[in-house]
Amino acid sequence: MAGKTMTNVYLYTRFERLWHWCQALMVIFLMITGFEVHGLYTLMGFDTAVELHNFIGLFWLGSFAFFAFWLIITGEWKQYIPTTRKLFDVARYYAWGIFHGQDHPVQKTPGAKHNPLQRLAYLGISAMLLPVQMVTGLLYYLYNSLGGVSLAPIAFIHTLAAFLLVNFLIIHLYMTTTGHSLFSHIKGMITGWEEIYDTTKIQEWETKATRKT
Amino acid sequence: MEKYLNLKLTGQSAAATFLWTAVLFVAALMLIRPCAASVANAAQQEALGIKLAKQAVREDKHWTTVDHSKIEMLNQDFTSGDQITQACLSCHTDASMQFKETIHWTWKVPSEKQGIMNGKAGHAVNNFCISGNAMEDKGCVSCHAGWNDIQGEVNCLACHGKEKFPFKETFADLAAFEGDDDPDLVEIVDDLHNGIQQAVQNITLPQRNNCGECHFKGGGGDGVKHGDLDTSLARPNRMLDVHMAEDGADFACTRCHTTVKHHIAGRLYTRPAAAERKSLIEDDMASKITCESCHSATPHKASTKMNDHTDKVACQSCHIPEFARVNPTKMSWDWSTAGKMKDGKPYEEKGDLGKPVYKSIKGDFTWAKNVMPQYYWYNGSFDNIGIKDKIDPQQIVEVSHPLGSPNDPDARIHPFKIHSGKQPYDKINQQLVAPLLSGPKGFWTTFDMNDAIIRGNQTLDVPYSGEFDYVETTYAFPITHMVAPAEKSLDCIQCHTRDNSRLAGITGIYMPGRDKFAIVDTIGLIAVLGALAGVTLHGLGRFFTRNGREE
Ligand code: HEM
Repeated sequence: MAGKTMTNVYLYTRFERLWHWCQALMVIFLMITGFEVHGLYTLMGFDTAVELHNFIGLFWLGSFAFFAFWLIITGEWKQYIPTTRKLFDVARYYAWGIFHGQDHPVQKTPGAKHNPLQRLAYLGISAMLLPVQMVTGLLYYLYNSLGGVSLAPIAFIHTLAAFLLVNFLIIHLYMTTTGHSLFSHIKGMITGWEEIYDTTKIQEWETKATRKT
Repeated sequence: MEKYLNLKLTGQSAAATFLWTAVLFVAALMLIRPCAASVANAAQQEALGIKLAKQAVREDKHWTTVDHSKIEMLNQDFTSGDQITQACLSCHTDASMQFKETIHWTWKVPSEKQGIMNGKAGHAVNNFCISGNAMEDKGCVSCHAGWNDIQGEVNCLACHGKEKFPFKETFADLAAFEGDDDPDLVEIVDDLHNGIQQAVQNITLPQRNNCGECHFKGGGGDGVKHGDLDTSLARPNRMLDVHMAEDGADFACTRCHTTVKHHIAGRLYTRPAAAERKSLIEDDMASKITCESCHSATPHKASTKMNDHTDKVACQSCHIPEFARVNPTKMSWDWSTAGKMKDGKPYEEKGDLGKPVYKSIKGDFTWAKNVMPQYYWYNGSFDNIGIKDKIDPQQIVEVSHPLGSPNDPDARIHPFKIHSGKQPYDKINQQLVAPLLSGPKGFWTTFDMNDAIIRGNQTLDVPYSGEFDYVETTYAFPITHMVAPAEKSLDCIQCHTRDNSRLAGITGIYMPGRDKFAIVDTIGLIAVLGALAGVTLHGLGRFFTRNGREE
């Protein structure tokens, strides 16, 4: 371990960071209002919860479309291509290696911001869970104008996916603490720069030392 | 290539990323702007329903070209009711003919069932005074709009007389005194004639008091039957009824119960009050009997969630939070205790609402004020149990119950008063019975229920086995009057809540906030608690192994 050098890399562009935090805010608000609508607690009152939920939900739908557009145009979508290579290594690392001082088998680089496990998780989230939530949310919102559609299955899926998203959020939050320091991942998503162990060959332009700000 | 893209992007100036972000959010805003704009707009606008309703009643003042006090025909010394009506008919030639066709005169409507007549003079029963015994029961007939039961002429003044005048008594006095030479009596007779004449010339379109004389007092007293109709509606304020309020729209009943040839729009047993739900925008001659007629199907401010409710929830459900808000209404009537005597005499006991809770002639009552309605699917029709229908005395018999279901496009969730009763039935034939109540042979004089049933069933030609007992029954009244000001209408949470939802009894639909799927919540709980436990354990592991690092 000792003797490892640290290096700063620029992982997340300003746009990505902004999007990340805006989406986080919206999704958390959707959870808070959604579960109030679901009747789990009383916070702002049912009426307000419904109105806010619908408003933020629609706003999120609109803005997500632009994010998807950005992903395609920039090719960043490739960051989410699933792979099984090193997947097992990563899983074993979190289950065992992390307790035994081992290195993370895959280091973040700007070309590969997500490790194989993350790729799978994020793909699952953004390609499955979020779209499901958006589609069922929209159906829920438009339900009255759809005619003859039963609300029960829509509500069933929408609520189930909402619970799974909370499950994701908890694990996601926890995983941010598994960087080389507790807050290095969070810092990365705030500043764009993340400190990583200098194990992989990083191109010269990617390091802070050479990047002109 | 991928590298290149990244390079380009990360290398770009801050301005470029800012631009992207700005474009994204402006575009997103534009996407939802129409919705946001209409919300903002709606805040200033008057709701469509209010606007349309105001238009519908703009021509408020009725005007007429006839002054009845100047009509020669009405300046007579009338000696009987029929004479008065003849005078009316000398101009309004067809009025009596029209009126005698209506349920207000016949008290009967053909039912869908073979050989069955609905109506209080027909085979219908309720759980109040039970039956009109084919109009043999004189107690009921006091509300019939004739001078003399069902014989003779219509009493036009019951509905069209501005002042409530004791015609019956006055004619009786006249008959006694007329022809006498005693100057005092001659003067009295003159006064009586003048009184009658004034009453006859004081003509009006039906006012709340005219209709209320019978409809506020249905079931034998103020507020007995309906719960949303009692004498408090003669001069209501806005809090009690926005439509009829003297300080509000000041409607007469006929403002909504529009009339064609003396047929007055309203509920008729199995027939919905309005077969089609049309608003005046769709058809400016449509009857005004439903809320939608004047307020339209989207009465609330634009793009509010309430407008999405109107296809399934009747306006009344939210806008009449409670009924009997001024006068108490009768909630139950137990005939089985009738007939008790004190010192050999019938007696009465009053309860804390100032209303009788026991009467020897009728049994036990309960009364209530500010009653929360019960809610059912209702397509405008009722299922009625008549005197000829079989009943199951093991169950509570629903003598009158609303029809409708979630899949019925005409059905709405509607508020009701449910009046509970315990009334006599034929143990052998398993049918409700119709005891005769008033008159010298009626139960109220004889206190002999078996004899009253024998006589009562005879009037309707329905056999009676001779053995009776009491059965529990319910009778449903749609709640539609006593519409409260908008700010008093229900909050979402009164229905959209897990516990004590007003709509707890409405099954077959999914309602956000009220309903959940046990399996979803169970899986959800496991997923959330599992994740919390997992990360806690994992974190503790890292803490105690210090991430495996040596000092
Ligand atoms: C992360 C995203 C979301 C979460 C966690 C979420 C969560 C929830 C939950 C838990 C409920 C209660 C369901 C029930 O009890 O039946 C709900 C209701 C609802 N959701 Fe979402 N939701 C999300 C996104 C959306 C989106 C994008 C829309 C679309 C506009 C939407 C529209 C609705 C609607 C219309 C309801 C019914 C109640 C109401 O009118 O507010 N939701 N949501």
